[in-house]
Amino acid sequence: MADLAANDPVLLTTSDGRPLQEALAQAQSKAKWRAFMLVAPLLAFILITFVSPIVQVLHQSVYNPKFSENMPQISAWFDQNPNGTEPDEAAYTALVADLVAAGAAKTVAVAGERVNYEMPGTRSLFTKAGREAKKLQPPFMESLTKLDENWASPELWGVMRRVSHAYTGDFYLAAVDLERSPTGSIQQVPENERVYVNLFVRTFALSAAITFMCLLIGYPVAFLLAALPMRYASLLMIMVLLPFWTSLLVRTTAWMVLLQGQGVVNSLLVWAGIIAEDQRLVMINNLMGTMIAMTHILLPFMILPLYSVMKPIPPSYVRAARSLGATSWTAFRRVYLPQTIPGIGAGGLLVFILSVGYYITPALVGGASGQLISNLIAFHVNKSNNWSLAAALATILLASILLLYWLYDKLVGIDKLKLG
Amino acid sequence: MKKLLVLSTALTAVSFAAQADVTVMSWGGAYTKSQVEAYHKPFTAATGINVISVDSDNPAPQIKTQVEAGNVSIDVGDVEYADAIRLCDEGMLEPIGMDVLPAGADGTPAADDFLPGAVTDCAVATIVFSTVYGYDNTKFPDAKPTTMADFFDTTKFPGKRGLRKGAKANLEMALMADGVPAADVYATLGTPEGVDRAFAKLDTIKSDVIWWEAGAQPPQLLADGEVLMSTAYNGRLFAAAVAEGKPFTTVWDGQVYEYDLFVIPKGAPNKDAAMEFVKFATSTQALADQAAWIAYGPARKSSGALVGMYNDGKTEMAPYMPTSAANLGNALASSYEFWVDHDGELNDRFNAWLASN
Amino acid sequence: MVASSPNDAFVAFEHVQKSYDGVQLVVKDLNLAIGKGEFLTMLGPSGSGKTTCLMMLAGFETATNGEIKLDGVNINEVPPHKRGIGMVFQNYALFPHMTVGENLAFPLEVRGMGKSERDAKVKRALDMVQMGEFANRRPAQLSGGQQQRIALARALVFDPSLVLMDEPLGALDKQLREHMQYEIKRLHESLGITVVYVTHDQGEALTMSDRVAVFNDGRIQQLASPSDLYERPDNSFVAQFIGENNKLPGTIESINGDHCTVRLANGEVIDATPVNVSEKGAQTLVSIRPERVEFKTEMMPEGAHTIDAEVMEFIYMGDLFRTRLRVAGSDEFVIKSRNTMGQRMLRPGEKIKIGWAPQDARALDPM
Repeated sequence: MADLAANDPVLLTTSDGRPLQEALAQAQSKAKWRAFMLVAPLLAFILITFVSPIVQVLHQSVYNPKFSENMPQISAWFDQNPNGTEPDEAAYTALVADLVAAGAAKTVAVAGERVNYEMPGTRSLFTKAGREAKKLQPPFMESLTKLDENWASPELWGVMRRVSHAYTGDFYLAAVDLERSPTGSIQQVPENERVYVNLFVRTFALSAAITFMCLLIGYPVAFLLAALPMRYASLLMIMVLLPFWTSLLVRTTAWMVLLQGQGVVNSLLVWAGIIAEDQRLVMINNLMGTMIAMTHILLPFMILPLYSVMKPIPPSYVRAARSLGATSWTAFRRVYLPQTIPGIGAGGLLVFILSVGYYITPALVGGASGQLISNLIAFHVNKSNNWSLAAALATILLASILLLYWLYDKLVGIDKLKLG
Repeated sequence: MKKLLVLSTALTAVSFAAQADVTVMSWGGAYTKSQVEAYHKPFTAATGINVISVDSDNPAPQIKTQVEAGNVSIDVGDVEYADAIRLCDEGMLEPIGMDVLPAGADGTPAADDFLPGAVTDCAVATIVFSTVYGYDNTKFPDAKPTTMADFFDTTKFPGKRGLRKGAKANLEMALMADGVPAADVYATLGTPEGVDRAFAKLDTIKSDVIWWEAGAQPPQLLADGEVLMSTAYNGRLFAAAVAEGKPFTTVWDGQVYEYDLFVIPKGAPNKDAAMEFVKFATSTQALADQAAWIAYGPARKSSGALVGMYNDGKTEMAPYMPTSAANLGNALASSYEFWVDHDGELNDRFNAWLASN
Repeated sequence: MVASSPNDAFVAFEHVQKSYDGVQLVVKDLNLAIGKGEFLTMLGPSGSGKTTCLMMLAGFETATNGEIKLDGVNINEVPPHKRGIGMVFQNYALFPHMTVGENLAFPLEVRGMGKSERDAKVKRALDMVQMGEFANRRPAQLSGGQQQRIALARALVFDPSLVLMDEPLGALDKQLREHMQYEIKRLHESLGITVVYVTHDQGEALTMSDRVAVFNDGRIQQLASPSDLYERPDNSFVAQFIGENNKLPGTIESINGDHCTVRLANGEVIDATPVNVSEKGAQTLVSIRPERVEFKTEMMPEGAHTIDAEVMEFIYMGDLFRTRLRVAGSDEFVIKSRNTMGQRMLRPGEKIKIGWAPQDARALDPM
């Protein structure tokens, strides 16, 4: 029948002679339209709150018009004259005209800030020139460099040329501790300014460690949840979920109370005589504090997917393995464990992704050594206002998570992911 | 993206903006309380305009974010000097200017009444505050630290130190502890060698430092015994010591003082009321009143004479003021010129230093 | 083949008791001897303790009291993997993440068998259940019947002398179930293994078993061959659990060796064989199989009492006629007659007389 239809070009029609496909589309269109209208609010919500911010972050990471918008004439000069052209009087005229206009519009500091990202210490050069530019007389090359000899610096001109393009990959370079040398080649930043690569590595290593700890602790708990009779299991489930219902800040603060030098844990240890008064353990404001608090906070995200995978596994599998001659360890390793891999994958991926982007807990209990890349992103959003760099860092983070997801799909298969 | 990021802030701010109330963003804790008592309550009593107080770890970046997004909910912000200059340069603030400010209570014109540099194009200083360090007396039965060098000396005083997470003030203090005279600090810090020297000094205590971010944290760290000594805003140490009776001592050697200023963000929803508020709050009496609540020096000379007792009625304020002669022995006025230019660069360096092991 | 005493039994339960909660016994003083090569079925309603017994034998549950012996050795303390007992589970319990071949190789692998020997054994086991081509499939790709065969092959591949089966055919449809019953029976006979089979399906039990142990309330109610069980039930529970059964409550009117008369509720007297009633005046439940009831006077056994009956319903079932009667005040009396040539079809409302041979009416306990 199927073969017949495929070989036969005769168009099927309805009893009143309309083409069947058209009739079907018509009959279904109303239902389709209604279905679409039902999901439309959700679709719009996702577009506005999820897709569009991500697109804008991506855009922000390569787009910074602070210089080009506020200094249009000198930007135009850079466009007309190829790289390597010595700045002539026309260039200086354009520059001074921009400085005058931007000084009046109070935007010269914005342009200066963009240059300052690349060449520290130049911000005040611009603000000062913004104030003084209207008094300058031609020839501007002479009068501007007289105002401040730094205006003749080839490095400054090189930087201005670069930032005159609103679209740039420089923020990505900065995000991996690279910069452009005055000659334009890419080089590493000085050793004492390298921070991001180090932090990316630390973030991923710590996230992996937290994921592992969560698995180590969460697996037996999830097993117990799945194996216990209902009334005990629901009690245990409430205990697992309780942290979920408590504010993140409260939980983190509770850890501060527990772990600090004069905190509960240390005081107990001293009281029990396990450590001396002057040997109090340092468990907070460092990597360890971040690890302990985050493991606790993220634990439910490991337990719940594991539980949802373990719950439907009947005990007969392990029994079958045992009856076939496997020791309890072999039965676990060969039969039970492989069946929980979808849960391990889901929980692991969830915990890893969440911890890679975690911010509040490391900020509160991480001290200096427990800081993660997200703390630096927050720093650039909230404090230094270098949003483009923050966006570049966030994009790298997002890309590495997508890479991880892709790897997971290749190695385990995404269809094997079971979130609940 | 900025629009979207501030969307939530803006939405919560709608209710504020709808009324003709003045929204003031400040630093929280004992400091905000002093402002509420000395500015907000009398202002509402005098004008009938309500003042809404919003807390922040640092209002300046939030002002910048809101103005860039074109969605401003703050009417008045309390910022540090370098930030006031920077925001003003970038056109993010409403101009205020000396001419609108009232003369002092004794008739001195505003231009002469305010301390030098206290009024800029877009900002009016209210107080002089200082970053100092303090300690818990009970932890030092014998020798007590007295100098900035002592703070960095973990051999003489082994134990944890609290420092603000950021480059500003820490680098200056490190240089002073390393023997640089206050007068030469910014000249030294302006050279790469000077920066290296400051970080090298910080390196000596790095493993002992607990970093704080909000002004309310250091007194808490001291009270909990988490740190042996900590840098702090002097008013916070005062509030803990005098108002709460904590056994804290403030060490003034090597203090770094600067102005705190009121600014009005460009596009503030209630600009006129905000202007009235700033004029009221920076009047002689309001500034003098604030000193009864927290140990920050008033930015008007004419207020000085009116500063008397702390609100407990028995504590003389003068010894707790950063600007009192006894405390200025080895003191450094924070340089906004320096920080306006080097904030980004030095904080990048600071972050890198912090993240390295 | 049938073990007559615990001493020559291959599997023996001796005074086994089991309690899960310390309050109630699920298995009460179980004594059972299973001979080598025997096919023994534990039959009973759910909650009767049969599965618990199987699990104790497999080693997944421990006996609270008593001894379980395998080949004369007490195995109470032997962990399941050292018992060497093959087991087929209710839902097959084929490992879903392994192929059929890997499933079968698993018991050989954990025994440390070399690869070539393993492959040969797996192939042989698959061929035995006619599943030779399916070694590389996953269990989820197989039908229920195919999975059942694989489960069977896996339980047999390591040559256990005892195989336990826990309702293995419960998930199959009727036709497949019947087919698999013969298949299992065939394997049992050709391999000479001992099988302990748990089911709640009496048809299955009767078809396959050498002996059937009927469980109820934690005890074995009767242990007998299928024919004994059907024709000579020891008590009312067994009589009603196995096959269709008419029951007539009454009191013993007279008792004389293996013959008694019973007075029914409406005063009529019938003949019966006393089984577990002993004295005159005792309450009893007389049990008569529907196919042993006669209504044609010419076929009536000699000397039998007849009683009145009224036809309530007549059902034509093809090979059988099923007629429901009102007898001694009850509407539930059923007779079955074969659709032989000239067989009468009774009509509702018709009044007839019915009777039976006294040995077919068993006077049992009143329950």
